[in-house]
Amino acid sequence: MRLFRQLTRGLRALTNRSATDREIDEEVQHYLAQAAAEQERRGVPRAEAARMARLELGNATNVREQVRGYGWENVVDSTLADLRYASRRLRSSPGFTFVTTLTLALGIGATTAIFSVVNAILFDPLPYPHPERVVAIREFGTDGAPNAGTFGMYRAMADRARSLDAIAVFRSWQPTITGRGEPERLEGQRVSAGYFRALGIAPAMGRDFDASDDRLNGPRVVILSDAVWRRHFQTDRAIVGKTVTLDDDSYMVIGIMPASFDNVLAPQALLWAPLQYDLSQGRAWGHHLRTIARLAPGVSIDRATREVDALGRAVLAEQRPETYDAATRFDATSLRGELTRGVRSALLAIMAAVALVLVIASVNVTNLLLARGVRRRGEISLRAALGAARGRVMRQLLTETLLLAGVGGTFGLVVAVLGLRALVALSPAELPRVAAIGIDGTMFAFALVVTTLVGVASGLAPAIQAMRLNPGDDLQHASRRTVGGLGHTRAVLVSSEVAIALVLLVSSGLLLRSVERLFAVDVGFASSNVLTMQIQATGHRFDPEGATGRFFEQALDNVRRVPGVTNAAMTSQLPLSGDADIYGVFFEPAVPNDPGSLRGTFRYAVLGDYFATMGIPLRRGRLLDARDRAGAPLVAVISESMARRRLPGLDPIGRQLRVGPAGPYTVVGVVGDVRQESLALGETDAVYMTPSQWKFEDNPMSLVVHARSDAAALTSAVRAAVWAVDKDQPIVRVATMDALLTGSAASRRFALRLFEAFGLAALVLAAAGLYGVLAGSVVERWREIGVRSALGASRGDIMGLILRQGLRLTTLGVVVGIGGALLATRLLATQLFGVSHVDPLTYVGVVVLLTLTSIVASALPAWRASRVDPVTALRSE
Amino acid sequence: MEENNTDVIQGTLDMLILKTLSLQPLHGFGIARRIEQISRGVFKVNPGSLLTALQRLERAGWLDAEWRDTENARRAKYYTLTRAGRKQLDEETADWNRRVSAVARLLKADA
Repeated sequence: MRLFRQLTRGLRALTNRSATDREIDEEVQHYLAQAAAEQERRGVPRAEAARMARLELGNATNVREQVRGYGWENVVDSTLADLRYASRRLRSSPGFTFVTTLTLALGIGATTAIFSVVNAILFDPLPYPHPERVVAIREFGTDGAPNAGTFGMYRAMADRARSLDAIAVFRSWQPTITGRGEPERLEGQRVSAGYFRALGIAPAMGRDFDASDDRLNGPRVVILSDAVWRRHFQTDRAIVGKTVTLDDDSYMVIGIMPASFDNVLAPQALLWAPLQYDLSQGRAWGHHLRTIARLAPGVSIDRATREVDALGRAVLAEQRPETYDAATRFDATSLRGELTRGVRSALLAIMAAVALVLVIASVNVTNLLLARGVRRRGEISLRAALGAARGRVMRQLLTETLLLAGVGGTFGLVVAVLGLRALVALSPAELPRVAAIGIDGTMFAFALVVTTLVGVASGLAPAIQAMRLNPGDDLQHASRRTVGGLGHTRAVLVSSEVAIALVLLVSSGLLLRSVERLFAVDVGFASSNVLTMQIQATGHRFDPEGATGRFFEQALDNVRRVPGVTNAAMTSQLPLSGDADIYGVFFEPAVPNDPGSLRGTFRYAVLGDYFATMGIPLRRGRLLDARDRAGAPLVAVISESMARRRLPGLDPIGRQLRVGPAGPYTVVGVVGDVRQESLALGETDAVYMTPSQWKFEDNPMSLVVHARSDAAALTSAVRAAVWAVDKDQPIVRVATMDALLTGSAASRRFALRLFEAFGLAALVLAAAGLYGVLAGSVVERWREIGVRSALGASRGDIMGLILRQGLRLTTLGVVVGIGGALLATRLLATQLFGVSHVDPLTYVGVVVLLTLTSIVASALPAWRASRVDPVTALRSE
Repeated sequence: MEENNTDVIQGTLDMLILKTLSLQPLHGFGIARRIEQISRGVFKVNPGSLLTALQRLERAGWLDAEWRDTENARRAKYYTLTRAGRKQLDEETADWNRRVSAVARLLKADA
């Protein structure tokens, strides 16, 4: 009732101001008339009665205004008036409005876009019910780094851990689908039965896996993603219960996942089959699975960690004493945290950087407003003299800045939407949770909050400046006779802009040097003119013993004969491709002082002249060759750093070693180190053998082709050569080695690109800020400059005066900025490579760049000052 | 009447208006005079405050306002107490009485 009345009466007053005004007026008149009539009844003469009535009432206009001033609509009214006035003012100085709006739009837009990305990746809960209960189970080796999980540990925990509702292990799986058009290799996962239960998502149709599906030689069943169901089966609901052909086998479709299912662990996976782990291969304790779990209700992560740690150590100590030591530990950690661990610090650094750009942008706007405030002194003083309350004037000025920020924020949203698209398009492949990035309410809310903050923050100083004005002073001195430097506030602000720009430029400089250093790293192989692709042998024709091997050998022979190919080979894992096939390697007999196979050893099965093709140098002994076939003595080649680390001071040649369940192999050679995981991680242990001397069949294999010249141009010829052997085999992951090399630094480059953009923006904004402040100061000091030159100052003197002023501001900013950069760049530590965060060269370079820029920015105002004609300057009053 | 009058005690104007209107509907001038009369001229109502208060009370839903023709054929805005207004008056009266007796007790204790 009250609210309703407030609303309707207020709205009526707003929409029909004159009618409500008339009513108030009528009521006041009636009051007057009644008062006068009363006096007349007492016998007072009419004229005197009217006077007395007016006396009683007081100033009728004041009463009307008082009554009229009640109600919320007046706030709306005056705000609208302020807005109208503000927009008139902004329209009347289009240059100022354009520059500030653009600055704010870019600042707010960039900040909003980056925030949306960071928020989605780092802070949005995972898209599962009770996401806080979804955890990753990790095992830490002696060196404190997390290892992949083992099937043995999964089984033990599934049986015994009481704090877990569900636990699951999974690995990737790339089946080839046939029978429906072209054969296509699909991205999928092999998962243990509890996978979807651990995530908390059930199939939209059909059923989930159960324990009876997940056993060796269990039923061939598959669950499809919504995407593959739409693409390959045209949303045919009857597909559930029917079979599809994957790798020449019939799999029964038992379920379809909902369209909304976001598989954060493998976003590209399109279908899932039960893991059906083969324990007979002896790899139950090999680290090659990932483990996730769902905590039981009410169980904290700490409690779960205590349980899995105790359980895991007990199981290892009992079943695998040779790999167990006191440093081994287990934990449960939030899956979201685990997914974003690698990118967290980089994203936060980027967020901080963009926030700094926004600060510079706001400071610039503040400075422009302050400079304008000086020029508007006359107007504001006049308004104050006419009776405007200070609060009212301040409110009006704030309205103006908020309007400016609002327009900037609106365009900023456009910038943000475009920026977000660009960010997603440019984002490195290893960026997790990209699916969660999007335009949403949070983004709008953030933009609104930022816009308001920017509006208030950048408008506050100018508004306070206006409040401090003494109307009398300024009406008298409207001609700005005062001599003086620049407002203290503006000097501090522009110096802080320089300081922030320095921080951003140093950060991007350090990142630039890191990426340079990264690409200067010796990867251990020659990447130029090398083409790579992955080939898989799928189908029952490869069931017979040795068929897969024969296929790869024939394919390799064919590829070698392709014109332009100088050398070709195959490898079970390709450097810098994301492949990671890791085994524990043990010497037999054990070597004294062997630190052991801590982080595991990369195992390569290589076919053909792999070392020659990749340009990996032989250090000692011999390479693998045609002698090393099945049935011949088992031999292996190890990497240089492995020999150095595991066999310090010993001759590796002739030593015997076991690779997981296989061996023993005799070491026949030592080759150079290769960067397998990334450019930054070197010194990795590696062991090489031929495919025919490996215990299992490696499938798929990566083909590496060295070409005489342009390797990429050979792609179709090489493909045809493989298909000449068997046209049904899928070929994927075609890339030149150079492209893999570049791609491996993608996330660093991504961060670098953003920092470069922010650094550049900061530089331009700071220069613009400096220019604006100096230009304003020249205008304010016009008369002083006139006096100086009238008294004999040369043009050079005057230019020096302004240039020195600019340099003083810059120097102050640089000094503060260096301090800030020394602190701030620590945030970047994980992103840096081969360069210290206090790298002097970067700092010196940035200081020089900033100083030069500030001289350029000061030059024009200085030149203008030097052209001041003393006669005009002195007469202009 | 000229000497001893004071402005209405801060915060009591609303209550006085409600009380006055609980007797009969009145226009602004009528309310002012009635308050002065009943208080025997102790309280003098400021017309600006009165008219603003009426506006506020009407918005609050405690009064209804209506334009009526008066005896001398002029239009005047008459205010009537609503049910919500009557409840509010009861509350304010009770509250007032409590305060007054508290103050009275304090003053007695002092003496």
